[in-house]
Amino acid sequence: MIRVQSDRFDAGAELNAFTARCVGAGAITSFTGVVRDDTGALSGMEIEHYDGMTQKALAAIRDEAMKRWGLADALVIHRYGRLQASEVIMMVATASKHRKDAFEAAEFLMDFLKSRAPFWKKEFSRDGADWVAAKDTDEDALDRW
Amino acid sequence: MQVLYFAWVRERIGLPREEIETSAVTVADLVAELRARQDRYAAAFADTSALRVALDQEMMDFDAPLAGVREVAFFPPMTGG
Repeated sequence: MIRVQSDRFDAGAELNAFTARCVGAGAITSFTGVVRDDTGALSGMEIEHYDGMTQKALAAIRDEAMKRWGLADALVIHRYGRLQASEVIMMVATASKHRKDAFEAAEFLMDFLKSRAPFWKKEFSRDGADWVAAKDTDEDALDRW
Repeated sequence: MQVLYFAWVRERIGLPREEIETSAVTVADLVAELRARQDRYAAAFADTSALRVALDQEMMDFDAPLAGVREVAFFPPMTGG
């Protein structure tokens, strides 16, 4: 399942519901991304996305993970709009027979989602507002797959 | 065709989307046309190595042809997750 939404969500409840749906899977892995405040000066974050392409890109990334690791299921939830420090931005969860596939598939989903899903983050702080720059290491991370 | 701008590209140009009549053959031709329009376009497209382009919601290179394309989007490298 793919969900792109502005509303907050409860990552714990989503994980429990996902686990309950994945009858027969022996391993469930999840990752939750949270708004980080490195300097203590962050007043918020705005996440912009390309409605339409976002859903397509996420579905393609998820399909690839499902196929490559033979997953029982995979969940991606990503928010857009205005968020505060410590708020949950997104989560992925993967279900498979054994843990190795679930862990690897979750890392694959995160690596591709970071630089292949059309989201852009803008940070607001006391000093003003800045678009978060993509890191070369994010692009390099794709090479290992 | 519809041309969409996101993140700082949108901010520099000052609008999220516009309908453009063009005979540009490739994305690079369209970029050259836009650059020549006004300073704000020239500023947004000053360095295309800092930009990415999607044609009908698929990532493409700047030398990709525009024939049959309905939607072009310009944006900086993505920062999801």
